[in-house]
Amino acid sequence: MLEIDQIAKTFHANTPNEVRALQGVDLKIENGSFVIVIGTNGSGKSTLLNAVAGSFLVDTGQLRLKGQDITRWPEHRRAKFIGRVFQNPFTGTAPSMTIAENLALAAKRGRTRGLGWAFGSSSKTDLYERVRAMGLGLENRLNNAMGSLSGGQRQSLTLLMAGLIMPDLLLLDEHTAALDPKSADQVIRLTEDVIRRDKLTTMMVTHSMHQAAHLGDRLIMMVRGKVLHDFQGAEKKRLSPQDLLDRFEDVRRSEQLDETVAAMLQRQYV
Amino acid sequence: MMQLVGSFSMGLILSLLALGVLISFRILSFRDLTTDGSITLGGTVAATLLVAGWNPWLATFTAFLAGGLAGTVTGVLATKFQINGLLAGILVMTALYSVNLRVMGKSNLPLIQQKTLMTLAHSVAAPDSKLSLGRWEIPLQDLGVVGMVAIIICGVAATMYAFFRTNLGLAMRATGDNPDMIRALGVEVGWMTTFGLALSNGLVALSGGLLVQYQGYADVQMGIGMVVWGFASVIIGESLVRSRQIGMLLIGAVMGSLLFRLLVAIALKWGLNPNDLKLVTALFVFAALVLPNGLETLRRKMRVAN
Repeated sequence: MLEIDQIAKTFHANTPNEVRALQGVDLKIENGSFVIVIGTNGSGKSTLLNAVAGSFLVDTGQLRLKGQDITRWPEHRRAKFIGRVFQNPFTGTAPSMTIAENLALAAKRGRTRGLGWAFGSSSKTDLYERVRAMGLGLENRLNNAMGSLSGGQRQSLTLLMAGLIMPDLLLLDEHTAALDPKSADQVIRLTEDVIRRDKLTTMMVTHSMHQAAHLGDRLIMMVRGKVLHDFQGAEKKRLSPQDLLDRFEDVRRSEQLDETVAAMLQRQYV
Repeated sequence: MMQLVGSFSMGLILSLLALGVLISFRILSFRDLTTDGSITLGGTVAATLLVAGWNPWLATFTAFLAGGLAGTVTGVLATKFQINGLLAGILVMTALYSVNLRVMGKSNLPLIQQKTLMTLAHSVAAPDSKLSLGRWEIPLQDLGVVGMVAIIICGVAATMYAFFRTNLGLAMRATGDNPDMIRALGVEVGWMTTFGLALSNGLVALSGGLLVQYQGYADVQMGIGMVVWGFASVIIGESLVRSRQIGMLLIGAVMGSLLFRLLVAIALKWGLNPNDLKLVTALFVFAALVLPNGLETLRRKMRVAN
């Protein structure tokens, strides 16, 4: 489904602020796979998602979605295939427009928008049902402005909006990081429902070891712009939050040594 | 009373200017200063075509298209060439000054003998017929003008309302509200902004086209300072309407323009020196911006004091 082929990205090249965010990432994600991406700060996990979504163009490498080369496609062109939920609850919705209007916008993701009515009667009942199915009571507030909702409610709606037209790829960028624990739980439960119901191919970045261990069927751990570990299948199932924390410890310890020494130790003992 | 009717007509004509500013300033969140240039462009294009004998409706519509072109240029400068939005508007406005001179061939153009929309409006009644309301006498022809302008404005406002409920219109509103979100939903923000600016300046030019027919001449300097009228009307309208719903915003802009013109007419009647008009305009806008919040704070303080 998604092939990431040796992509690299450097921000502010040749300046004191140079950041080598991605240094050659190789990844093949199959249809229906739910991939968790974790990593230390600055490891490039959010950058990886942004590269796939098209927020910027990569310096080298290739991106292929369903066999099509999307490397040079701008973000709005990729939007047809990709649904996104951002970390900031305010990024995913239009605050001065109503819930119904936001949903109507999402219902046309990637499609040409013409002079047709945004609120056809058939779509209205369908939208009402989908909002009601979330179980948050928002179906009675469809004409309220988005800005009046809490962060958790907005993320739930952003998630619904991302899945309204079934995306080929769902990108979740630490989407519960800015929420309180109760809202975060709700959103995660909703996330699982949406992914399971439509068997969506998903990439989810998270800081929570709990989420990383319990969700998904594949786990990628990134360090300094590269993929360090890739757990799949039974190996992924066996991972516990403590295992992941141990891995992070390993990375921290190896970074205290010189890079070449760490590589040598890894080769000899691991 | 006649002055009141006149102010009403002017207020209605300039409400198109307010609607244009509403679209660029509030809906697209784009600080567009092309307005001074595009309202003049609408006026000069309409006047030139009317002098050439064009059908008044066609001439007025062409003025709208000319404004759309000006707005497109601003949009392209801002989005394709990445020029700061404010600067892009100023560049186009400045260039339009020369364009307007070229269009008319001179610095002003009188419309005394031409067949205009106003002559059409006047044709509904005999030249000296009046309507008697108590002790006031209103020439029916003036009422004809008000009626025609009112119909045009209602038509435009209704079309705008319908447009902003279509998928395209909804996407345009979202572009100003949250461009990151709408880009992730597949909208090309640059194109959408340019289209919105074309629409906005088209309306402004339409206002100019009607204005020259109302006042009987086109002048290359007629647009100077008009953007402030537009902003003032939008802001006064928002204070009146207190809603972010699109229908209310449209109504608010029209109401704001009418109220604003009315206040100016009253001020002039009370002996305000026309030279001080711009200062008074600024004070009106200041009051409209500050009063709603100021009153709320005052109310809260009084509640606490009790």
